[in-house]
Amino acid sequence: MSESIIPPEVRPKPAVPAKPPHVVAPSPTAPHGPQGLGSGHLGGGSTLLGYIGIDTIIEQMRKKTMKAGFDFNIMIVGQSGLGKSTLVNTLFKSQVSRWSSAWGSEFKLPKTVEIKAVSHVIEEGGVKMKLTVIDTPGFGDQINNENCWEPISKYINEQYEKFLKEEVNIARKKRIPDTRVHCCLYFISPTGHSLRQLDIEFMKHLSRMVNIVPVIAKSDTMTPDEKNEFKQRVRKELEVCGIEFYPQKEFDDDMEDKNENDKIREAMPFAVVGSDKEYQVNGKRVLGRKTAWGVIEVENPNHCEFALLRDFLIRTHLQDLKEITHNIHYETYRAKRLNENGGLHPISANDTQESNL
Amino acid sequence: MTTSIRYKSRIPVKTDETTEEKQYVGFATLPNQVHRKSVKKGFDFTLMVAGESGLGKSTLVNSLFLTDLYKDRKLLNAEERINQTVEIIKHTVDIEEKGVKLKLTIVDTPGFGDAVNNNECWRPITDYIEQQFEQYFRDESGLNRKNIQDNRVHCCLYFIPPFGHGLRPVDVEFMKALHEKVNVVPLIAKSDCLTPNEIKKLKDRVREEIDRFGIKVYQFPECDSDEDEEFKQLDKELKECCPFAVIGSNTVVEARGQRVRGRLYPWGIVEVENQSHCDFVKLRNMLIRSHMHDLKDVTCDVHYENYRAQCIQEMTSKLTQDNRMESPIPILPLATPDVETDRLIKMKDEELARMQEMLNKMQQQIHDGKEQ
Repeated sequence: MSESIIPPEVRPKPAVPAKPPHVVAPSPTAPHGPQGLGSGHLGGGSTLLGYIGIDTIIEQMRKKTMKAGFDFNIMIVGQSGLGKSTLVNTLFKSQVSRWSSAWGSEFKLPKTVEIKAVSHVIEEGGVKMKLTVIDTPGFGDQINNENCWEPISKYINEQYEKFLKEEVNIARKKRIPDTRVHCCLYFISPTGHSLRQLDIEFMKHLSRMVNIVPVIAKSDTMTPDEKNEFKQRVRKELEVCGIEFYPQKEFDDDMEDKNENDKIREAMPFAVVGSDKEYQVNGKRVLGRKTAWGVIEVENPNHCEFALLRDFLIRTHLQDLKEITHNIHYETYRAKRLNENGGLHPISANDTQESNL
Repeated sequence: MTTSIRYKSRIPVKTDETTEEKQYVGFATLPNQVHRKSVKKGFDFTLMVAGESGLGKSTLVNSLFLTDLYKDRKLLNAEERINQTVEIIKHTVDIEEKGVKLKLTIVDTPGFGDAVNNNECWRPITDYIEQQFEQYFRDESGLNRKNIQDNRVHCCLYFIPPFGHGLRPVDVEFMKALHEKVNVVPLIAKSDCLTPNEIKKLKDRVREEIDRFGIKVYQFPECDSDEDEEFKQLDKELKECCPFAVIGSNTVVEARGQRVRGRLYPWGIVEVENQSHCDFVKLRNMLIRSHMHDLKDVTCDVHYENYRAQCIQEMTSKLTQDNRMESPIPILPLATPDVETDRLIKMKDEELARMQEMLNKMQQQIHDGKEQ
């Protein structure tokens, strides 16, 4: 799979170019994204008689998206004190959590679950990303935690609703601002026994609405054996309860995806450790946690699986997360809404915010 | 007078030893006698462990007493635990060391704090503690007091998760419900996931919150002024260390050339008995080596007496309400009378009534006889 542009020399029978890596395979429910670039054949299977340059469209796409920038919305859910904000800071190597704006402030436990969204624009290699971290303080911290996932599912649905309204508008914007939650990182407490009831209830209610990526927080409290045992038990429990976490089996496109995702599914949930402090280890400066018996290196694969999580989330599956959210979760919501009111009526820009939805 | 002086001058002056012997009564050996008797009798100690599941309570108990109390435990998975309520499970083990016998009872509270709705999840625990007090009260007020079994809970180790930022609402509520019924010793569990700075911060926060919410945890008694400096220093360190940050381990690992109890991580080995790694040694010393007896004393003198006073007050207020005769010894209403005791009681009652009748008749006869 090469990305280099084939030099424009006339060849009698060029080989069929390989499928371009960034392009979605044409699917019936994809209203967005590049259309029909799956192969180099013209309709009917005739071969090309010269080099046209269709594959340069990848480069054009790249340039455009780089200029436009990406949106990525990640939600972090879990009991307080599990290192959520630290992990997100470590993932994006910047102070992006809600604590960054109020450093050193007194920690107060909210009485109900609150939703706090903080946005930052981070840039790397010419690519700009508008990252929104949605924090949920108060989740699971009360004595009675019944229905504490309701504010969260309400928020997620509200974002879908916002997007739907924009889409249905007559004069709609070229690029609809995307505030939908693309990924929900769920932090599991490292008890070493099994999932807690609250974990199962939350994931049951939300796995059909949003992409859930479970992670085992503060995993430096478990030895390697305990970690493996715990992971196996957690995976089994999730299976028994019918909870499909991301990457979901049913959305694997083809064998290649399936193999790659299978490997990832076997290793999930990732046992992570987060840190924003650096220490000197073997002459290198590494992110880690220093204790009386050694330094836990965050990016060392023998110590924890942070590197795996980061690669998975950011380096390989970032776009896929957005696509699944858009193509599947959002469409499910949209279909439900359409069926509810017997159809949507487009609104003109002159109308007030009141809609016929 | 003079004779004695003369005698005194003739008799050789006795040495100090024998004069002391004359003044020496010998009750200084009492502690030794008590010691010998109690060693023969053996000691008992009831320890309760409470906290969410997965905080290492069983491992810590095993490490403290070097036993394996939880060999056949089956861990439930989350589905099975959905309808689980808080249970109370007792494990008893007899330990002997250097001729001293200890009957150790561990009261476990599985299911505490695990549900989605944990309202009043401490209720079964407070009920259990009060039941033990009630039982002891009954036995104490009963007729046969020779072999009273003391099942009262002497100490409750409460495990605070290290993952939070301090005490959570459920921690505060639990400790407040129990601090006047039992000696509560808060611990920070699984403290090997915290750096030394984090431990210090967490301890400060927990201490501050305990003060703020008015929770009366077990206080170490003040040192006597005649104790030696070393002891006083140790005691001070102990007090400053509260709540103890502990780690437990069931496995033995090789560290620094020795075999020690510890946990083996890819980045290092945590030794349970290393004072710079955790406060396990301090906890063990406090619990077993220095303050075990004090814990029992406080349970008997403070918590049990509070319960007893409360109980008697309730009963007397009920009795005066019913306008019945005040009995010298407060008698508790029987909780669940079983058939056998019921029958016996009936028999005895009838006997008493008959005797009373006979007495009356005799009195009457005497009275009549006098008149005649």
